[in-house]
Amino acid sequence: MMPDTPTKPLRAFTAIESEQIRSLFPILGRQIYGKQLVYFDNGATTQKPQRVLDSIQNYYTTYNSNVHRGVHFLSQQATDVMEDARKTIQEFINAKQAEEIIFTSGATESINLLASSFSQLLAKGDEILISAMEHHANIVPWQMICERYGYHLRVIPILDNGDLDLIAFDKLITPKTKLLSVVQVSNTLGTINPIKQLIDKAHQNNTAVIIDGSQAVQHLKIDVQELDCDFYVFSGHKLYGPTGTGVLYGKKNRLEQLPPYKGGGDMIKEVSFEKTTYNDLPFKFEAGTPNIEGIIGLAEAIHFINHTGIASIANHEADLLNYFTDKLRAIPGIRIFGESSNKIAVISFLLRDIHPYDIGVLLDKMGIAVRTGHHCTQPIMQRYQIPGTVRASLAVYNTRAEIDVFIDALHRINKMF
Amino acid sequence: MSIAEKEKEVIEEFELFNDWMDKYEHIIEQSRQLPLIDELQKTDEYLVRGCQSKVWLNATFKDGCVYFTADSDAVITKGIIALLVRVLSGEKPEVIIESQLSFIDRIGLKEHLTPNRANGLASMVKLMKTFALGFKLKQQA
Repeated sequence: MMPDTPTKPLRAFTAIESEQIRSLFPILGRQIYGKQLVYFDNGATTQKPQRVLDSIQNYYTTYNSNVHRGVHFLSQQATDVMEDARKTIQEFINAKQAEEIIFTSGATESINLLASSFSQLLAKGDEILISAMEHHANIVPWQMICERYGYHLRVIPILDNGDLDLIAFDKLITPKTKLLSVVQVSNTLGTINPIKQLIDKAHQNNTAVIIDGSQAVQHLKIDVQELDCDFYVFSGHKLYGPTGTGVLYGKKNRLEQLPPYKGGGDMIKEVSFEKTTYNDLPFKFEAGTPNIEGIIGLAEAIHFINHTGIASIANHEADLLNYFTDKLRAIPGIRIFGESSNKIAVISFLLRDIHPYDIGVLLDKMGIAVRTGHHCTQPIMQRYQIPGTVRASLAVYNTRAEIDVFIDALHRINKMF
Repeated sequence: MSIAEKEKEVIEEFELFNDWMDKYEHIIEQSRQLPLIDELQKTDEYLVRGCQSKVWLNATFKDGCVYFTADSDAVITKGIIALLVRVLSGEKPEVIIESQLSFIDRIGLKEHLTPNRANGLASMVKLMKTFALGFKLKQQA
């Protein structure tokens, strides 16, 4: 694995560097309706570099085999590569041990696993604290166990600018709060939450903390030991890896306390009809044949990030965010939702009273991919009393020139209504 | 004018535009021609649920023909509804039930009518036909 490169200057990529990065992503050369593709829907999923695609092709053409069971050569090789991937992810988020990395199908499954396992450990009347800016994946699993077992869900409100209301948080965290599950970066507002502060406060209260890092790992350096969170979850496909991959990080002692979530092969030590004993970490939580190709691809995506340098990515994206925000604000009738001073390159906005769907359809016809609607965060839409937004979410391969294309397109749309 | 003639007319109109944006300008223009549903009827009873844009639809039956009124909070959706209403309104129930609406495909708007498109238009076409079926059954009774 190539080390991160902190020696790179903290600035946006030069045109040549940008071109080099873009050339690694074959899809970016595509034309849509005869226009050069501008892909600004990275919050939904990112494109994949060629090396990720190659790693999957290579797996199937040279060592496809099931892991952890065969005595034969190919199975051993597949197992080795998959376990190397676990180490790559461990180092990427600086977990203490590789066995603290559990492979899942995505952040959604990671949270469902935690909700299911924790549901057996909590007592009636216990409280679970989330925030008003959670993705539905960090709301609904908790509502499901609350409804079934009599726990209570509490919600930290958000301020007008899209920051968490920390004064309200202080009041909401009580001796009854057994779990705090919050998003590190909002997929809709872009807000980077002060999670270290939340984690410390929660721990003083003996509250276990889950961080949803789905929109954070591809933009910010993550160190789970420094954060001291108990669990950290993310999806692979939002960080240049394949769909159907995800990670659940948990502190070893925490994971050991949790009952398993799915039963099946690989997660057991011994099975008889009288009693089954469970395997050790991480396999206790990995029933069935894993997404081997996906995991291999995910590790390759992380090699890409490491090679590019997460600090360099963050700086490039910060430059794009500033440039984009200034250009957008100059258009009369623009309302930006999420104006935290600490945010990633995600911009949710509305233009006059034009419906976000109309803007999305017309941008699409000009080759620009954005997401419109509620972005799986309906409570945020209720908070601002809007039907939805247009969301542009940027990534490492986006450029100022693409933002110019986007702004020109918006001007054109503005004239049509 | 028969449904086929009306469809032909719409297709010919859209053939005048080569550029997608011009086609959409025309759709936005069409939205202004839509016979609007009564504001008081913009309730859940007349709402066609779509994920992103809302559509309200009502129909009346007069002299053996069906007449639609509708509205949407998104203008492009409204424009496409206007095209559908333009073609189907004033037709006999059985004609509406049998209609294929292939003109939507011919003018390049098929994507808007696919069931997974989150705008309620696919459900709306179904509802237009359901209205027609209801009137037909009533007529027979």
